[in-house]
Amino acid sequence: MELKDKLLASFMAFENKGNIDLDSNVHDLRLKAIDNFETLGFPTKKNEEWKYTSLKSILKHDYSVFPSLDNNVELKDIKKYFLHEIESYKIVFIDGVYSSFLSDTTHEEADVCILSAALKKPKYKMIIDHYFDKITSKSDSLSSLNTAFSKEGAFINIPKNTILEKPIQILFFSTGSEKELMFNPRNLVIVGENSHVQIYERHQNLNKNIILTNCVTEIFAHKRAIVNYYKVQNDKENASIIDHTYLQQKEGSIASINTFTFGGKLTRNNINVHHEGEHISTNLNGITIIEGKQHVDNHTIVNHKHENCESHELYKGIYDDASTGVFNGKVIVDKEAQKTNAFQQNDNILVGDKASINAKPQLEIFADDVKCSHGCTIGQIDKNAIFYMQSRGIPIKEAKALLLFAFGNEVINKVKIPALKSRIFKLIAEKLKVDMGFEI
Amino acid sequence: MLLNIKDLHVSINGKEILKGLNLGVNNGEVHAIMGPNGSGKSTLSSVIAGNETYKVFEGEITLDDNNILDLSPDERAHKGIFLSFQYPIEIPGVTTTNFIKTALNAKRKAQGLGDLPAKDMLKMIREKAELLEMDRKFLSRSLNQGFSGGEKKRNEIFQMAMLEPKLAILDETDSGLDIDALKIVANGVNKLKNKDNATIVITHYQRLLDYIVPDFVHVLYNGKIIKSGGKELAHELEAKGYDWLK
Repeated sequence: MELKDKLLASFMAFENKGNIDLDSNVHDLRLKAIDNFETLGFPTKKNEEWKYTSLKSILKHDYSVFPSLDNNVELKDIKKYFLHEIESYKIVFIDGVYSSFLSDTTHEEADVCILSAALKKPKYKMIIDHYFDKITSKSDSLSSLNTAFSKEGAFINIPKNTILEKPIQILFFSTGSEKELMFNPRNLVIVGENSHVQIYERHQNLNKNIILTNCVTEIFAHKRAIVNYYKVQNDKENASIIDHTYLQQKEGSIASINTFTFGGKLTRNNINVHHEGEHISTNLNGITIIEGKQHVDNHTIVNHKHENCESHELYKGIYDDASTGVFNGKVIVDKEAQKTNAFQQNDNILVGDKASINAKPQLEIFADDVKCSHGCTIGQIDKNAIFYMQSRGIPIKEAKALLLFAFGNEVINKVKIPALKSRIFKLIAEKLKVDMGFEI
Repeated sequence: MLLNIKDLHVSINGKEILKGLNLGVNNGEVHAIMGPNGSGKSTLSSVIAGNETYKVFEGEITLDDNNILDLSPDERAHKGIFLSFQYPIEIPGVTTTNFIKTALNAKRKAQGLGDLPAKDMLKMIREKAELLEMDRKFLSRSLNQGFSGGEKKRNEIFQMAMLEPKLAILDETDSGLDIDALKIVANGVNKLKNKDNATIVITHYQRLLDYIVPDFVHVLYNGKIIKSGGKELAHELEAKGYDWLK
């Protein structure tokens, strides 16, 4: 059976599993979503947005969306994936199921908990009805697929005037005894007026099976809210992720989404940002360091609809061996969005002889009083710089690593959680196969 | 003999640049190599330091009687060779402090030593920066990025002071220096000189040699050393040019 047909059949089973809130509005959304997915199907390379990323190799598997729940994970197995050295809230899922044992949630200063609970409790009904699935793209079949199977993920609801001192960690682990598993995690993040939150998200396979994660996160940043979102993607060779982030910002809010991709078979990040007010600031940053035949595709859309807003995008990529990358950054400045500042930069280094990058900046500007720019560079490691460093006694591997690290440093410096910054330094050293501390 | 070069033939892109060069340098000596543009001065310094762009197809180079031609540039650095670049490379994103720390610890590692403790490292950096009268703010800036020509050269000698090489090769260190900077740099080089190390000064002009006084002066012309002498040879070259030697 084709994967699409299997998923459509699985949806019936999913509905009949009983734990689903059949009388809620969400149920209707799921029905509409599965219809939408059925109509649109999986994207192919004929679709302009998927021209350089083929899903063929990952869609050929016979994924199950129902992992067996006999997993046995202990803290010591997964501790290294946490930022364990700092105080934080933790929302942990094992094979799509919430693990209260490994988590540390709250309902005090804010709701930092799980979607399945929010869907069931009457006190959250208004919030769910108001926010859930409101900013996802209905023309994106994979987002619809996620909505159809959405029942679990992080639910974060921060009331106004709340500064959450502790960062929130959202971790999805997969173990599963099945050979091929698909997950559709769904996160909903609402940040009230003048509130401030920092979130760290990670998806990690602990087993050797083939994993496809199709994740959707909706983020609502209200007036003057500050949201710093960090995604660390360093999954195993057999795990792929398609990650959709929808961000809606209200007047005066500042949001950053930082994506660090070091692993996984295929990684596709879709980030869609919509402005609903003036004086909004959006910052999208990313570093990709991959090797082998890995593929990473960063797709961003920032839609400027109102005056006096700004957006900054900085994506850097280091591609070794025969790895491939895509950067597609679309900035739309509507006619009304005068005085917009929109900047986009994408720099790449091809280390491997067979590595390649497809970079496509797209600026669609309909206003006439704006400052917009985009830049894209593709280069190689500077041999003169390597010789210079070697002549000072730095071995070639370390010299290259130092140079590549320096290349990415500008992005790493945007990380505002010190423990996460050190973690990223370590991951980069690991990735570049050197034993050195980059911290200055 | 510290450095011994015998019958060295070197080419780049199939073009022969050095055509049978001989040079011997003992501990405690300062040698100056002078010569017109295109005579092979910079090629010589690059080859001693191990730049793989150049192909050595005949001859040998030994350091302390050990052949170094098979060693990579970093291995040569670990054995005590230092090249002060004519055009130091800018490395954005790596601070001078972090760079020199990485370099010094790499050398220590090759010698079987552990990392120099941070406190000692900072102390050493401070002392050597003072020796070169360097503004400390340069140490926390990206290596050579936006430095003036003089600042870059001073930074080269600062690195030399940190790494304490046995053989320092100064490739056109005087170019881009005003007279005050030249004095400071030369003063730094002279202070680092002792009976166990040696310096090769490569220069166009006699000017630098007023401050770093050589024991020997060699004239490199068309890939070979065609004349050697004492420091008075430099004055003679300054007065007469190179034509009388051809």
